[in-house]
Amino acid sequence: MIAALATLLVFQLLGEALVRTLGLPVPGPVLGLALLLPLLAWRPAVLAMVRPTAQTLLQHLSLLFVPAGVGVMLHLSRIGEEALAIGVALVLSTWIGLVVAALTLQWLMRLTQAAPPPEDRP
Amino acid sequence: MNPGLPLPEAATGRLADVWVYLSATPLLGLTVTLLVYQGAFVLYRRSGFHPLANPVAIAVLGLGLLLWATGTPYATYFEGAQFVHFLLGPATVALAVPLLEQLPRLKRLWLPLLGALVAGTLAATVSAIGIGWLLGASRATLASLAPKSVTTPVAMGIAEQIGGLPSLTAVLVVSTGILGAATARYLFDALRITDPAVRGFALGTAAHGIGTARAFQVSEEMGAFAGLAMGLSALFSAVALPAVAGALLHWL
Repeated sequence: MIAALATLLVFQLLGEALVRTLGLPVPGPVLGLALLLPLLAWRPAVLAMVRPTAQTLLQHLSLLFVPAGVGVMLHLSRIGEEALAIGVALVLSTWIGLVVAALTLQWLMRLTQAAPPPEDRP
Repeated sequence: MNPGLPLPEAATGRLADVWVYLSATPLLGLTVTLLVYQGAFVLYRRSGFHPLANPVAIAVLGLGLLLWATGTPYATYFEGAQFVHFLLGPATVALAVPLLEQLPRLKRLWLPLLGALVAGTLAATVSAIGIGWLLGASRATLASLAPKSVTTPVAMGIAEQIGGLPSLTAVLVVSTGILGAATARYLFDALRITDPAVRGFALGTAAHGIGTARAFQVSEEMGAFAGLAMGLSALFSAVALPAVAGALLHWL
C-alpha cells in the first residue's frame, strides 16, 4: 500500500513539475495519469501493486469533494442574490451536457459500428 | 469563542479550554469530515444506493450546518479538511488503473468517445453561460459557471483565467456533480440509453469526479468510462475552455 501510494505521488509530482517547467495548460495530476498509463501497460507487476490502493481511493472518490463543497458557506450571499440565474443555469446545463454527450456517443458508435465488418459484435 | 453551544456556566470553563484547543488544530476538521461522510454513506447504503441520497450532498449539508451552529469559520475547518481535499490529486493519477483495464474497448471506440467529449463539454459550457446571461447573472458569476462540468482543480484554474471566482467555481462544480450523479439515471432511462459505457462516459463528461464516483458504485465498467471522460474532459477543457468561454463572455 505504501509503495502504491508512493507511486501515485511520484507521478503526480512528475506531472506537476513538468506542467510548471513547460508552462502546460493542463493540471499536474492529469499529466501524471497520462505518464503512469504506459508504465502500467509495460509492467504488469506495477499494475498489480498499484491496483488495490487505486481501487480503494476511487471507491471513496466522492468523499474527496466534500471539503470543497462545504465552501458553499462562503458564497451564500452571492448565491442568494443570483439564486434564479445560478440555479436554472446549473440544472439545465448539467442536463444538456449529459444528454448531448450520451446521444452523441450513441450516435457515433452506431455510425462507426455500421461501417467495419461485424466481427466486433459479441 | 463559541456562542453557538448553550452550555451551563459551571461546566463551560474546562470544556471551553478543550474546545479552544481542539478547534485550533486540524484534527477536528479532519475527524468531523470523515465522521459526517461515514454517516452520510450509511444513509446512502440504507437507501439501497438510491441516486437521490447522494452522500456528498448529505455530508456537505451536515458539515455546513455543524460549522454554522458552532460558529466555526470555513478557513479553520479547511485546515483539517485539506488533507482529504489533497487526495484528489493521487486519486486522479489512480484513474490510470481502470483506464488501462478498459483499454481494448477504448481503442476501438476512440473516435465516438472523442466526439461525445467535445460535444458534451461545449454544450454544457455554452448553455451554462447562455442561460445565466439570459437570467441576468453578473459577469463574475458567468465566468465562474462556465467550467463547472470540469473536475475541481482544473475548473478553478479556468475560472481564474477568465475572470471568475475560483472558490465559487469549486462550489458550482460540486453542485453540478451531485446533480448529475443524482438525476442522470432518470434522464438516461427516459431517453432509453442503456449501454453502461455510454451512461458512464456521459456522467464523467458532464459531472466529473462525483459522477465518476457514482458510476463506480454502479459498476466497474461504467466507472472506467466515467473516469476516462473525466480525465479527457480535464485535458480538453484546460486547453479549449479559456478560449471558448473567454470569447463568449467577451461577445456578451
